[in-house]
Amino acid sequence: MDFLKKSTGHAVVLEEPPSFENSRPGAVGTDLPSLDVPRIDPQKIYKKTRSKKARLPELSEPEVMRHFTRMSTWNYAIDLGIYPLGSCTMKYNPRLNEEIARSGELSEAHPYDPIAWSQGHLRVMWELTEDLKGVTGMPGVSLQPAAGAHGELTGLMLVAAYHKAKGRQRKTILTADTAHGTNPASAALAGFQIVQIATGEDGVIHPEALAAVLNDDIAALMTTNPNTLGIFEKNIQTIADMLHERDALLYIDGANLNAVLGLSRPGDFGADVIQFNLHKTFSTPHGGGGPGSGPIAVSERLVPFLPIPRLEKKGEQIVLVDDTPQSIGRVKAFYGNYGMFIRAWCYIRALGGEGLRAVSENAILNANYMRSQLKDVLNLPINAPTLHEVVFNDRNQRETNLDTTKIAKRLIDYGMHPMTVHFPLCVKSAIMIEPTETESRSEMDRFVNAVKEILSTPNVEQAPTRVFRERVDETKAARELRLTYRFKD
Amino acid sequence: MNNYPKELHYTKEHEWIRVDGTDGVVGITSFAIEQLGDVVHLELPKVGSKFKAGESFGTIESTKTVSDLYMPAAGTVTEVNTSLTQAPEDIAQDPHGKNWLIKVSLEGTPGNLMTSDQYMKYIAEEANH
Repeated sequence: MDFLKKSTGHAVVLEEPPSFENSRPGAVGTDLPSLDVPRIDPQKIYKKTRSKKARLPELSEPEVMRHFTRMSTWNYAIDLGIYPLGSCTMKYNPRLNEEIARSGELSEAHPYDPIAWSQGHLRVMWELTEDLKGVTGMPGVSLQPAAGAHGELTGLMLVAAYHKAKGRQRKTILTADTAHGTNPASAALAGFQIVQIATGEDGVIHPEALAAVLNDDIAALMTTNPNTLGIFEKNIQTIADMLHERDALLYIDGANLNAVLGLSRPGDFGADVIQFNLHKTFSTPHGGGGPGSGPIAVSERLVPFLPIPRLEKKGEQIVLVDDTPQSIGRVKAFYGNYGMFIRAWCYIRALGGEGLRAVSENAILNANYMRSQLKDVLNLPINAPTLHEVVFNDRNQRETNLDTTKIAKRLIDYGMHPMTVHFPLCVKSAIMIEPTETESRSEMDRFVNAVKEILSTPNVEQAPTRVFRERVDETKAARELRLTYRFKD
Repeated sequence: MNNYPKELHYTKEHEWIRVDGTDGVVGITSFAIEQLGDVVHLELPKVGSKFKAGESFGTIESTKTVSDLYMPAAGTVTEVNTSLTQAPEDIAQDPHGKNWLIKVSLEGTPGNLMTSDQYMKYIAEEANH
């Protein structure tokens, strides 16, 4: 308990009811000028109007401000400390990117501005496109998809279009049990059926396992590399060759690209399509801070099918073209989430090629540091070289009353976001840690000390107990989720 | 601690089936429920749906994970335990008896299933992984 007391403190935290309960009739936060036009009865103009007035909370400006600020103090964020969610890559986003993306010259661009006036914006998109080609070693890029999963769907639509152009319909997508959960979901949404391949004891796909299920109905194999065990698929070249022999394609989920920048290019081992989760690798906002952005890169085979409009350089001008007859069409209004392109472009330009390689090297170094510090206390079910994340489980704790869930809950008491738990599914009671390259050794030591102290004091039945909201009833929360306020009268 | 009735047959995916002529009752084992933790949702097929052996007939979701439910034998669904879909958390009590999932009209004789002794051996090995 020493580390707990040394590294965290008790503090007064203010309770805050739903804003509806603080509402006072007549309270306002803005001063509107008095009405200087005739008052209109909306019911006379619109066919459908509310029969009852909406009961919106009425509050003054400071009350609104305090409402949200008080609740923000209950929160946890990457700006407070380590957020080692494996498979999610919760890394710190440089403030420089935000500063530049929010500058008026960039943020006030309008998609209907004439092309001739928008050359600067198009140049950012052009250069980002070229950089993403360079990172992957693949010849075609589309920036349009609005998020990683949208990139996956777009990539699979290209796969379907490729087979259709060859006059056939292939119905099956293979996925590995170490793929991201979105992979089978995206394949199902794109209309494919899914067959899962089990990975070997060393945590990677084996050519024999692929051979056993490979036939002429396979449209593509979809997998994450490095996979969700943080292991590089060492047989990937053979796998790509086997697929291509059957004219099936290789889809690489680029969610873990932050582990291989400047070290391995999917285009070199035969990938046909990859999506970039710009928020994971190129530090654009994550989760609720979005919007997301999920560009894709493709091999020569898939270039004709890329979405429109596409960027092209005509002399000094960058133009948008849409005269590619085999294209799958538009997947997003306008050109994608441009604000994210600026942030990713800033990140890439600030670091340069060598800097990007250092990003991956540090991500790998940090994950291996975590592994070295915890391997004597947590069980490592698959002993293969670790890249950007490491997966343990609770096997060593079987004789105690601790398990994966309890360890994770107790970490909250130490003021840290827990790691990913119970994923990937191929490891029972997985404990998945990804420190990312942005954590210092001292911050990682804080996490390691907390885990070690938790493991040596196994009385954490009701954890978390030191936070504002203590243990919640997860079953009830999942079954009786209420997202709207219910008035008592 | 757990009791795996001798009259049931078991799959590697932790379903059980009780066979009575051409009728079958299908459920999941207490081992599966221990592994899943608190169950929050259960999705079961409609009466009349037809499945092959090994095919997924529904999903079970806990606070930890979502898992497919697999048919122990080929057949057509004749009845669904609707009281369980209303209150899926009840499955933890008596999963081998009153908290069955579906009843089926079997096609042919079920094959490739484990006896309770074989199943207990199998889960003892699983638990060691």
